[in-house]
Amino acid sequence: MSDNSAKKVLTQPIVDNNPIALQVLGICSALAVTSSMANALVMTLAVVLVTAFSNLFISIIRNHIPSSVRIIVQMAIIASLVIVVDQVLKAFSYQLSKELSVFVGLIITNCIVMGRAEAFAMKEKPVVSFMDGIGNGLGYGVILMVVAFFRELFGFGTLFGKTVLPLVQNDGWYQANGLLVLPFSSFFIIGLVIWAIRQWKPEQVEKD
Amino acid sequence: MEHYISLFVKTIFIENIALSFFLGMCTFLAVSKKVDTAIGLGVAVVVVLGIAVPANQVIYQLVLAPGALDSVMGVTDPTQSIDLSFLSFITFIGVIAALVQILEMVLDKFFPALYQALGIFLPLITVNCAIFGAVSFMVAKNLTFGESVVYGIGSGVGWALAIVLLAGIREKMKYSDVPEGLKGLGITFITAGLMAFGFLSFGGISL
Repeated sequence: MSDNSAKKVLTQPIVDNNPIALQVLGICSALAVTSSMANALVMTLAVVLVTAFSNLFISIIRNHIPSSVRIIVQMAIIASLVIVVDQVLKAFSYQLSKELSVFVGLIITNCIVMGRAEAFAMKEKPVVSFMDGIGNGLGYGVILMVVAFFRELFGFGTLFGKTVLPLVQNDGWYQANGLLVLPFSSFFIIGLVIWAIRQWKPEQVEKD
Repeated sequence: MEHYISLFVKTIFIENIALSFFLGMCTFLAVSKKVDTAIGLGVAVVVVLGIAVPANQVIYQLVLAPGALDSVMGVTDPTQSIDLSFLSFITFIGVIAALVQILEMVLDKFFPALYQALGIFLPLITVNCAIFGAVSFMVAKNLTFGESVVYGIGSGVGWALAIVLLAGIREKMKYSDVPEGLKGLGITFITAGLMAFGFLSFGGISL
């Protein structure tokens, strides 16, 4: 990454250097929270906030962190941010926090946050790091939303909880695809999304 | 004894932490190119899990659990009972991070080849959700100390088994004709999905 202009850092992770599709980061939650669009959206917002601010704070103090204890320092910052997000969710949207509870906690262990802190924020200036955090959070969110779109639409016949394809059980015509309700179906969808991205951007294809 | 064995088998196969709960996926997909590296990382995860789960179990029971500090602090009124469980995230992650940092130093000193091979993924063991997830499950399942040792090692072995299997498949895959854009990560996702499908069938076994 030679050119670090803010715009590039912000937009690059969305397609060109996507955290899920190319950097192999943050996959665990991508599989688990994608059964509905609403969950995926909240998760995206939470991850964008946590990644951006953890990058910002780590970058501010990057010259004062001894490298032998850097992981613990990074984790302390990230964990505090996640606790803040968790408490805010509980206070303002209790129902949603109930649904997401485990996965909000798992943002701490979302490799995107830690991976960007380690690979970017430890080296770059605060503002650029902040942008990088937002960009990577969004790149994660885009994949999450795509997977959630397919799983909710074809698994339950709904989008954001609104019926799009009326199910056979409710006198409609659509027979729900039970496979897509199961969590591992997102493996297949992400695999196909990666294929699509690489058809579009052939330079991402891995060499043997 | 029988109880421990059945817990062990259950955590490896039926509740495989990688293929049933999808934890630790980042490293699972990224470091599974070669069987050798996969074995190295698998062993590291078994060690970290085997220590981290019991260690956190002790800390949770003695300090964080609701009412655990009452006798130490001399609280007798149940309404004033001390509940530090909201601190559990940050405590667990602190313990895990410290363990990984120690492991990193040990590997750097004694196994430099493995240390080089693991690269950025060693610090990422800290954020390997398998570790944090197993610790959270330990709290949710309310395991005793003995059970937590078995559970920690069992889930580590289950994860190691899954990553070695995937690495084995990926090594063989070099000989197959994969479409251009699916090469590498894409086909790995689909393979892992099929493996998870396979592990679903263990769900029918009751112990």
